[in-house]
Amino acid sequence: MNAPSYNFAYLDEQTKRMIRRAILKAIAIPGYQVPFASREMPMPYGWGTGGVQVTAAILGPDDILKVIDQGSDDTTNAISIRKFFGKTAGVATTTLTMEATVIQTRHRIPEAPLHEGQVLVYQVPIPEPLRFLEPRETETRRMHALAEYGLMHVKLYEDIARFGHIATSYAYPVKVNARYVMDPSPTPKFDNPKMDNCAALQLFGAGREKRIYAIPPYTTVVSLDFEDHPFKPYRFDAPCALCGAENSYLDEIVTDDKGGRMFVCSDTDYCEQRQAEGHRGRESAAPHKERAHV
Amino acid sequence: MYVAVKGGERAIENAHRLLAHERRGDREVPELTLAQIYEQLALGVDRVMAEGSLYDRELAALAIKQARGDLIEAIFLVRAFRATLPRFGATEPVDTGRMQIRRRISSTFKDIPGGQILGPTFDYTHRLLDPQLAEGFVPEVPATGEVSEAEMPRVTDILGRDGLIEPSPQAEPDAPVGDLTREPLSFPADRDLRLQNLARADEGFLLALGYSTQRGYGRNHPFAGEIRFGEVEVEFFAEDAGFAVPLGAIALTECQMVNQFKGSATEAPCFTRGYGLAFGQSERKTMSMALVDRSLRARELGEEVRAPAQDEEFVMSHSDNVQATGFVEHLKLPHYVDFQSELGLLRRLRQEFAEANASEPLQEAAE
Repeated sequence: MNAPSYNFAYLDEQTKRMIRRAILKAIAIPGYQVPFASREMPMPYGWGTGGVQVTAAILGPDDILKVIDQGSDDTTNAISIRKFFGKTAGVATTTLTMEATVIQTRHRIPEAPLHEGQVLVYQVPIPEPLRFLEPRETETRRMHALAEYGLMHVKLYEDIARFGHIATSYAYPVKVNARYVMDPSPTPKFDNPKMDNCAALQLFGAGREKRIYAIPPYTTVVSLDFEDHPFKPYRFDAPCALCGAENSYLDEIVTDDKGGRMFVCSDTDYCEQRQAEGHRGRESAAPHKERAHV
Repeated sequence: MYVAVKGGERAIENAHRLLAHERRGDREVPELTLAQIYEQLALGVDRVMAEGSLYDRELAALAIKQARGDLIEAIFLVRAFRATLPRFGATEPVDTGRMQIRRRISSTFKDIPGGQILGPTFDYTHRLLDPQLAEGFVPEVPATGEVSEAEMPRVTDILGRDGLIEPSPQAEPDAPVGDLTREPLSFPADRDLRLQNLARADEGFLLALGYSTQRGYGRNHPFAGEIRFGEVEVEFFAEDAGFAVPLGAIALTECQMVNQFKGSATEAPCFTRGYGLAFGQSERKTMSMALVDRSLRARELGEEVRAPAQDEEFVMSHSDNVQATGFVEHLKLPHYVDFQSELGLLRRLRQEFAEANASEPLQEAAE
């Protein structure tokens, strides 16, 4: 039998070069979806294959990798991807946002501000912001080419007419560099302002849909809205029950079957850092236990 | 008191350990060997090779064993391995006209040069469960005959000599071979890429689409011109040697459908073609593929595109079972951050609704 053997960070060098070319093009045209010859990865489509390919293509031996899912380092898929790179690339991994050079994420942007030199890699399920308005790729590519985004504004307007609000709470469309309307991946719209003028490079990988796009550092990113209905990020109005943070995105934890609820930071690293600094919430226990590790 | 959920890492390890245990099943029962799988579950192996796009019976058998018999999972394992293999180049086009035939039938002619050869087939068996097969059954030695030296021309070639069927597109030996695993797909896609997509496509998906064309959703009046299954030589042009060297033989099934004719003021009417090809013995797959290939030629043949099977963007974007299963099953991943966001919005909308309704009776009274 042909016993399989694998390259550094799994992908062969030709594939990495192809992906890097797509990334460079994406950086040159902020918000534009660059087609790339996505490979089958050893994890299923829809589970982060786009992000994993982008990470594999940019990772060097000296990088320090952080992987989060739902803001947490300790969710099963984040662990699985972190272990994958620990195994195939042997790179150092961390849960500290500050320390990481590459952060792969699904559904969240870390609360701590990112700094220059960091790369945030998003996992993207459906890269096309117009997809649910127009299922055909041939059509949506034409609409982007002509910057024909009226349909999106009509959709947002219809939301207001029907609900009194723009009824999009995550994957909230943005306009990048005053040109392309872009899907920020299914992050809650709370995170949208963090994309604007961000010091870090933001890369987006959609494996199944074979698209890569990017926001270069310090690029203008505007959430679509109307003058009389300005964009408002949603946040549950409570401090984190563990660290008392008043400005972080919160997970709702169901504590019993009698309507008991508590709200804690979705970004586990942020919450742990704050607790380590002595911040306390209503429910905080003893100093935080076991860290995620590889 | 609440402590954030931890220990996912150990949970994953334990889940995989349990999976390995369950995969083995009762340890009193002898373990399956790969040879047992590729010898006795050969059609499953064929399907994994075809949709996995890798001709290796042993690796396909390993994938089936590892996947506990879940063929889509096995296809996924093979694809993920295939994606890492270096690419040396493309072989010379295989010539199915020179196939070592094991089975070959035509439904368009009673007899054909070289004859109808049934070969190993479920066709005409009575589908009665056979208790004899449960254990220890020794089948009869197969009947044998003289090897025929007769040519086995493809039925479509026979029709083609009289111009009754459109010619196959001429191969351009120096033209690059389209490969959707190396270049991202864009629409409209040419027929080479469509056929590659269909060859890798999920058998069940193609079966349903092909069936839908027979039931009127893009009907194209097919006849099974010929189905042949056997071994063909694979040759690779070696730059160093300066000639094509044989790499070995692979088993293929080919289906050529003969479809409704077309003609115009300037062209005499002739039948059109639908084409199916797959590794191993995969008749259901290749027949379905040929039906769908013909349907997808609607645009090229000036037919109105109305049915799903004629819509290349719809068909090609949803035919891949590795992509489809991944995305459907990704709903198992946590989505609580987005769900929280939706929950917040919904609560707000419901509150506004309640407030609006509470004040409504007053308004009505005022009116």
